[in-house]
Amino acid sequence: MSSLALPLRVFEYWLMQYRRVWRGTAITSVINPVFYLGALGIGLGTLVNKSSGNSLGVPYIDFVAPGMLAATAMTVASGEASWPVMGSIKWTRQYFAMLATPLGTRDIVLGHQLWMTARVAMTSAVYLAVIAAFGGVDSPWGILALPAAVLLGAAFTTPFAAYAATRDSDAAFVPVNRFIVVPMFLFSGTFFPVSRLPQALEWLAYATPLWHGVELCRMFTLGNVDALRALGHTAYLLLFVVVGFIWAQRTYAERLLK
Amino acid sequence: MDAAAQLPLVHARGLVKSFGELVAVDGVDFDVQRGEAFGFLGPNGAGKTSTMRMIGCVSPPSGGTLRILGLDPVTQGAEIRAKLGVVPQQDTLDTELTVRENIIIYGRYFGLPRSDLGKRADELIDFVQLNDRANDKVEPLSGGMKRRLTIARSLVNDPEVLLLDEPTTGLDPQARHTVWDRLFRLKQRGVTQILTTHYMDEAEQLCDRLVVMDRGKIAAEGSPQELIRRYSTREVVELRFRAENRPEEVADELKSRLDGSVRRLEALPDRLLLYTDDGDATATHVHEFDLKPESVLVRRSTLEDVFLHLTGRTLVDD
Repeated sequence: MSSLALPLRVFEYWLMQYRRVWRGTAITSVINPVFYLGALGIGLGTLVNKSSGNSLGVPYIDFVAPGMLAATAMTVASGEASWPVMGSIKWTRQYFAMLATPLGTRDIVLGHQLWMTARVAMTSAVYLAVIAAFGGVDSPWGILALPAAVLLGAAFTTPFAAYAATRDSDAAFVPVNRFIVVPMFLFSGTFFPVSRLPQALEWLAYATPLWHGVELCRMFTLGNVDALRALGHTAYLLLFVVVGFIWAQRTYAERLLK
Repeated sequence: MDAAAQLPLVHARGLVKSFGELVAVDGVDFDVQRGEAFGFLGPNGAGKTSTMRMIGCVSPPSGGTLRILGLDPVTQGAEIRAKLGVVPQQDTLDTELTVRENIIIYGRYFGLPRSDLGKRADELIDFVQLNDRANDKVEPLSGGMKRRLTIARSLVNDPEVLLLDEPTTGLDPQARHTVWDRLFRLKQRGVTQILTTHYMDEAEQLCDRLVVMDRGKIAAEGSPQELIRRYSTREVVELRFRAENRPEEVADELKSRLDGSVRRLEALPDRLLLYTDDGDATATHVHEFDLKPESVLVRRSTLEDVFLHLTGRTLVDD
């Protein structure tokens, strides 16, 4: 475990920083799912259930809740991997403080990634609990939706952090959000099955990590687990994590060690 | 003393750092001995910070040899950094955390146990006289206070070598003196210091030995007094003129008339510098001519004069 000792010192910094703001984020992470599940699951869901002729096979809230869980994991991940990374280079310059000590770029990347993943886990755990309170978890398998959401988060934090470390201004995050995060949020099977998309867009949706994360979460909360498909989704997301992590190590080193 | 203690703490031969086409450090040689305060003096862009970053093991050398504490910065960087204290040119403090938290988390980066760090932080805060701000956020602190905090933080691991990159740039005179005072105390305790500066008074105050850097190369090396003796005269007479009086033209006239007593003459846009061994005599002599300078000042030579002599340029462009 000694290889984790150094990254954990980096993790400790983020924990120390988080202690100042945790109240605000804790409240948001409870209120968000309550609002969204109330509005979409119950409000919109009543309409959908009446008019869809049960084409989803389950009440709309059961369908949309795991989608929202996965989409939230993605949103939290993209936020945690954008501004804090840029800030540690441009604003607090904390990465440089860390580099003046025995910590190296690998420790800095890994420690920060562990923290981002922890943030995704905290938010997702609350989300899943709220879903359960709304009656949206139909099976004990549902607990596995949490690691699924965390894995999905890591599939975003690694490449996003790699990219953020190459940027000089946070203006770069606006197009990322507009052209990557928001379209995925809306069209990756979160609110409706991707089979309703035009053929080309349907295939595009299959390529997005969010779709794989949504499918994984939904499979677990609904309880219709297919081991082979679960492995496929997991492998696809892991590919993003591994490639993103290698890329991040490279961009961090290029940026910090000139 | 064992052999290791006699080796220089930092040893550089033919050290090069280039960024693409730009050669920032162009083959420099220097050795820093244990316990001394060693300075890199030079204008902005001379290659001081690049040299410092290589010593700090955060910038791999492009060529030459560099050993720090007998170790190789490329392969043993973490091991070296564990024994360094770094005061970077630009602050790397988290201004949302408190003074105390900044020191504690920095100590954690070195793997120091949490249980010892509280006491250690308090000692260091006391050393830099920030006791009454210990639990305040860093954000509202003055530039001088932040600098002192950075110095305190750099000492958390009891470093063998302290690297100070432009330690007082941007500080007001009083804050500079407070920082100098703390660095002097550290020197008395035997902490080896390596610093860069473009202030000649700072170099004279703090350095036992220094190298003058210009355009990536070392122009001269020695103690401040040695350098002044070698490259300047004991005293300088400064004649200030209004710009319309054209100091350059006066210079030619003076040169022909002040033979002997003035060893060298430098003409700057607003003033003339007469290098002489007897300032008062030269000043008296100057008054005999009808030059009408705005002011005449006799002063001792400084490193600024050494730099001017070596490079033909002033250190600080004002």
